[in-house]
Amino acid sequence: MRFIEIKNCYKVYKNGVAAIADLSLKINKGEFVFVIGASGSGKSTLIKMLYREEKPTKGTVEIGGINVGKLRNRTVYKLRRKLGIVFQDFKLLPKLTVYENVAFALECLGMKGSEIRPKVIKALDHVGLKDKLRSFPNELSGGEQQRVCIARAIVNNPKLLICDEPTGNLDPKTSKGIMDVLETINKELGTTIIMATHDKDIVNRMKKRVIVLENGVLAQDHEKGSYKASESI
Amino acid sequence: MKAFRILVRSIRDSFKSVFRNFSLSIASILCTTITLVLVAIAIIVTVNVNHITKDLEEELTIVVYANEDTSDERLEEIEEEINSISAVSEVVAKSKEEWRLEMQSYSDTLNTTLDYLEENPLLDSFIVTVKDVDDLRPVALEIRDMENIESANYGEGMVEDIISVFDIIQTITLVMVVALIIVTAFLISNTIKLTIFSRRSEIEIMRLVGSSNTSIKLPFVFEGFLLGVLGSIIPIIVMIYGYLIMYEQISTSSSFSIIELVTPMPFVLITSLVLLLIGSVVGMFGSARAVRKYLKI
Repeated sequence: MRFIEIKNCYKVYKNGVAAIADLSLKINKGEFVFVIGASGSGKSTLIKMLYREEKPTKGTVEIGGINVGKLRNRTVYKLRRKLGIVFQDFKLLPKLTVYENVAFALECLGMKGSEIRPKVIKALDHVGLKDKLRSFPNELSGGEQQRVCIARAIVNNPKLLICDEPTGNLDPKTSKGIMDVLETINKELGTTIIMATHDKDIVNRMKKRVIVLENGVLAQDHEKGSYKASESI
Repeated sequence: MKAFRILVRSIRDSFKSVFRNFSLSIASILCTTITLVLVAIAIIVTVNVNHITKDLEEELTIVVYANEDTSDERLEEIEEEINSISAVSEVVAKSKEEWRLEMQSYSDTLNTTLDYLEENPLLDSFIVTVKDVDDLRPVALEIRDMENIESANYGEGMVEDIISVFDIIQTITLVMVVALIIVTAFLISNTIKLTIFSRRSEIEIMRLVGSSNTSIKLPFVFEGFLLGVLGSIIPIIVMIYGYLIMYEQISTSSSFSIIELVTPMPFVLITSLVLLLIGSVVGMFGSARAVRKYLKI
């Protein structure tokens, strides 16, 4: 079942840089997709267009039937509530505990305290951090911080999880742990995951769909692909 | 219900945030305190200068003397004529006999001199009060043109000088208050802007997890309000006690006997309210404006 559809999409920034050119893509519900490409290939722009941080200059980006590019700034929050976003730099609030950081996402939606608690515990259980509820982010390792970020992203049961180089700051062993968590979320919760990455090992090992971008153009699209299949980059 | 929960959460978070960002909160509060103390001083000066000038202006009158041979009927007519001038607020007739008695009471010499004279050399007169101090000159000129009028004086020259000095003082103090309020608004909103700048990542995360613009703005608006209220406490206390002490000192001191300050009640209450309003409203709008920048509205 089709979930994301990108049609003849272009993105040209105000400074004249063309980041995406004539990109068309279809992603089904429950898929796990890697977006790879060299720096400046348009990976981050594509990711940002999915969560409507950027608007396409031309063409359409549809998620679950919603034309994301047509959303007004003041209504973007409605889309974001249906997504989970994981960043390379975690973006945790340093003055809040692990529990508070995850609960923050639900509090912002005006959810009741009694509803929030079980959801937060469940999300932290998924990422294996149930015993670190009261820790502050600076008391955690990089991998643990990223897992808190994932817990925050999945706490509201999003249909789509967007990951922008989530293992970029982590060592290989920790990265593997993070990928295991993401794979479990994909399999158990059926969440569609789109992940931009540079990490060859991860892409090769996971054997998932790989989309390769080159200068903003879709260069390759492989089912169960890997970096080997796209050695040209 | 959901909106109510967001409101409660915003108020709770604004309190938490004031303490979590303690040093920045203190900076905002101090900035508000200092500028509001200056505003309080400017308000006190302006209101009192206005009060004193009004008091002095009310004492400025025109003294009209009728000719020596004016009949009693004519004197009555003159009084009516003066009363019919629209700018005149009050006319008090003072006969030459009243003048004589008054002058005799001043000193013994005057007493014996006036007793010595068979006929009263003084003139019948009217003390004319005008509604506005600016009317003194035109009214005096109009009276001079009437029949049987010897003179109509209001202290030409000196009065004009006093009035122009009063006008200048009033304008300066008013400009000072307005300028200080603008400076206060600018300073407070800039300090809050700085506080919010340091928390832009928090705002970014709120946007990314799906907070609506209103629910992002609310805690900051409450926080601005709270900082404004906290910042106005010290100026209010300083203003109330300062003014009471100053009023007490000036009203009991003999060297300031001509100066009469505005009575403290309800003046200090109104000024306190004004300071509280400036602090809280500027705090709220300052925050709302600063957050807007990071909301991409």
